[in-house]
Amino acid sequence: MSEARNIAQSKDARASQAALMPPVDVVEDSTGITLFADMPGVSKEKLDLHIEGDTLCIEGEVSLDIPEGMEPSYAEVNLSRYRRVFTLSKELDPAKVSAELSNGVLKLRIPKAEHAQPRRIEVRAG
Amino acid sequence: MFGSLFPRDVLAELDRLQREVQTSFDLSPSIRGLGRGGFPAVNVGGTPQSVEVYAFAPGLDPATLDVNLDRGVLSIAGERKRDLPVPDEKTAIHIHERFDGRFRRVITLPEDADPDSVAAQYRNGLLRITVKRRQAAQPRRIEIQ
Repeated sequence: MSEARNIAQSKDARASQAALMPPVDVVEDSTGITLFADMPGVSKEKLDLHIEGDTLCIEGEVSLDIPEGMEPSYAEVNLSRYRRVFTLSKELDPAKVSAELSNGVLKLRIPKAEHAQPRRIEVRAG
Repeated sequence: MFGSLFPRDVLAELDRLQREVQTSFDLSPSIRGLGRGGFPAVNVGGTPQSVEVYAFAPGLDPATLDVNLDRGVLSIAGERKRDLPVPDEKTAIHIHERFDGRFRRVITLPEDADPDSVAAQYRNGLLRITVKRRQAAQPRRIEIQ
């Protein structure tokens, strides 16, 4: 899995909008890849995950309860949208992706296709 | 320069450049170093009645969050557990950008903040703290006799 840095080339109109890049952890084991992404403020309804071909796109909208008439005085988070795009490699099975969102942390599990699972190859003495 | 003996990749250079630009724009940083890039990221806003603090702190158990208000200084402290497994010969960590470990962020509140009426709420990894302003400090229209 490698990160697609050519986001600007995407034809998707929303891709050209500025967005925050959520920090992620990616860990691979013998049966698949697990991805964690920090997306605080995103509810389940505002999370958008989609896979097109070999591209995985993670998007989310931050919902803040802002009282009427609030004047911002200091901001480290200046945008209200997260977006990050990854390119999946072909041994991963995009049909079997599972996702859970808890306390603003997205956990994605992308299993490897059956044929790509590790196999020990017997060496026969000739 | 020594730097050129060890050429770094373009992305690292861009990162350095971005930090330099940021430092030169932050003309008067607070003595508590409310610098960008800490965990959790913080936004602060105010209404005539209250001060609103939003801390972007995903993946925490609200019971372990420690929010304190002492002499006009608000502190948010806690610990974020590591989600990654201990690496062994079967696992490989490809990207590790998320914060883990203990954290503490301190925010100086305006003088009229009332330490007796503070409310904190944690939802979707977002901690929102509302500190009411003191009644006496709120704007009042004065009648002209």
